[in-house]
Amino acid sequence: MAVPDTVAGTPSAATRTPAPAPRRRPGGRAAAYWLYLLPGAALFILVIGVPLVGTGYLSLTRWSGVGDPTFVGWDNYQRLLSDEVFWASFRNTVAMIVAMVVVPTLLGLLLASVLFDVIGRRFRPRTAAALRAAFYLPQVLPVVVAGIVWGWILRPDGAFNSLLDAVGLGALRHDWLGDPDTALPAVMAVMIWVQIGYPVVVFMAALQRVDPELYEAAEVDGANWRHRFRAITLPQIRPETFVVALTCTIAALKVFGPIYALTRGGPENATNVPSYFAYYTFFKKLQVGYGSAISTVLTVIIVVVAVAFIAVQARTERRDRGF
Amino acid sequence: MAVTITEVPLRRRVRDRHHRGVRRWVVLALVTVGALVMLVPFAFMLLNAFKSPGDYSSGGPLSWPTEFYTWGLRTYWSEVNFPLKLWNSALIAGSVAVLGVVVSLLNAYALGIGRVRGRLWIVGLFLLANMLPQEALIYPLYYVAKEIGLYNTRLSVIIIFTVIQSAFGTYLLASVLGTFPRALLEAAALDGAGTWTVLWRVVFPHLRPTLAVLLIFFFIWTWNEFLIPLVMLIDNQTQTIPVALASLQGDRLMDAPTTNAGALISLVPAILFFLIFQRTLARGITAGAEK
Repeated sequence: MAVPDTVAGTPSAATRTPAPAPRRRPGGRAAAYWLYLLPGAALFILVIGVPLVGTGYLSLTRWSGVGDPTFVGWDNYQRLLSDEVFWASFRNTVAMIVAMVVVPTLLGLLLASVLFDVIGRRFRPRTAAALRAAFYLPQVLPVVVAGIVWGWILRPDGAFNSLLDAVGLGALRHDWLGDPDTALPAVMAVMIWVQIGYPVVVFMAALQRVDPELYEAAEVDGANWRHRFRAITLPQIRPETFVVALTCTIAALKVFGPIYALTRGGPENATNVPSYFAYYTFFKKLQVGYGSAISTVLTVIIVVVAVAFIAVQARTERRDRGF
Repeated sequence: MAVTITEVPLRRRVRDRHHRGVRRWVVLALVTVGALVMLVPFAFMLLNAFKSPGDYSSGGPLSWPTEFYTWGLRTYWSEVNFPLKLWNSALIAGSVAVLGVVVSLLNAYALGIGRVRGRLWIVGLFLLANMLPQEALIYPLYYVAKEIGLYNTRLSVIIIFTVIQSAFGTYLLASVLGTFPRALLEAAALDGAGTWTVLWRVVFPHLRPTLAVLLIFFFIWTWNEFLIPLVMLIDNQTQTIPVALASLQGDRLMDAPTTNAGALISLVPAILFFLIFQRTLARGITAGAEK
């Protein structure tokens, strides 16, 4: 490994003299490097490792948070299987994945491509940058603050109903977050609003990496926007699409703040999600064992999803490079 | 496909281009409408933050304010003791950003440069840790914090987020350092530099732009965090801005104009970072996305 860097001298001198130095280093100093890992590893074990194992253990107990936990084996997990709220919360997670991953990624691809390929090149790039900033702005807002503002907008006497009145659609006035039938779609709409800026910004940055000559050549050949989108944009930014899909899926599985601020899981659990359900079980119902079981199931699902994502990506990469 | 495209006759191409000339304005109009829709909630916030309660109840959320009324803003500011909340948020997010970057750098140095045994597994572990739901950690953390007297202290939140953020930082920096030019390290080693000197004299200057991005990310992520501060920080002396606003939800004090005023001033620091760090962030998001 050191050889290419030391070819200055004659070949024999280069291989003979500097070679022992780099070989000695990894062996002799490995112990020194472990020292650098020590503080990080100790903190990691204390703040993540031990609590994680603790939650796993507590999920096998019944405990109110005071006194000693009572070991009950798999009881909590059996109770989960027949708990309607638990299943509802995971059904709502699917809705969150639609609102936080599927729609933002698809819309984000479309918007990024239009902003970059049409508006950025046919108008001034500053126009595209200004529009991008508008889409990104909700991402800057603390998500709980966003939830509180939207909670007010969607109230029966809030701004959205007034807006409907103002445009003559007053008949559609509704208690958007208070009705179990409309609460989930309303929360989904808010999450799309919150989330959309992230893929737009990542994809636009990714497109800057693509050789502009590709687009110019395709255009000279008469390829329209749709051709360019399918033949250039999509394949070129696949790595970023993958990262966005993974990070947004994990965020959707973990979503807590917006639900807390908008609906507290209500009405009638119509918008409950696993992480709010776990929080509520821990700190409002004081059923620490049951809350731990919910958290443990959520953890396992997240780990499986993450590992599956990464495995799929590794396989695609190998296939692309392959043969 | 390339072949069929090159065979498109010239006349068709010219018509296409003319067509696009009109259509591009339609596209611009559509995207602009979309962008304006995104901004509507911010407009609502501005419109209602400076209304008096009487004005709001007679005119509704869409009316133009009859006067520039700042009482709501001032009540929120003093009732919530906003300067203290701002200080709490800044202290927590700032400490986490600095400590998180230092821990990430030390970890990544051992993993990426030191190439200690089993580093792939260790990096994978850090990456997974960053994805864990905080509910899986919160109860034991809450219980232990109570036992050792760290409950309801800003220090508890600083320690927890230093670890959570540095899990991501370690993953990112370790993969960046995996491609660090070995020649530089070898030159330093030949000069007799120890690992500590190499870290601060060779590796640190090389990584400085990436570390700056990480610092900003950690700051903003921690600033926006909610669950752990909500559980750990329970009184006025320690709460952060998002927790303070959320815990006032439904309070008698929080009529619509005050809610909007509160949201508006909670938004100001976030917008300031956004403007200050926009360039660094745009670069950083790509750095994050590439690996």
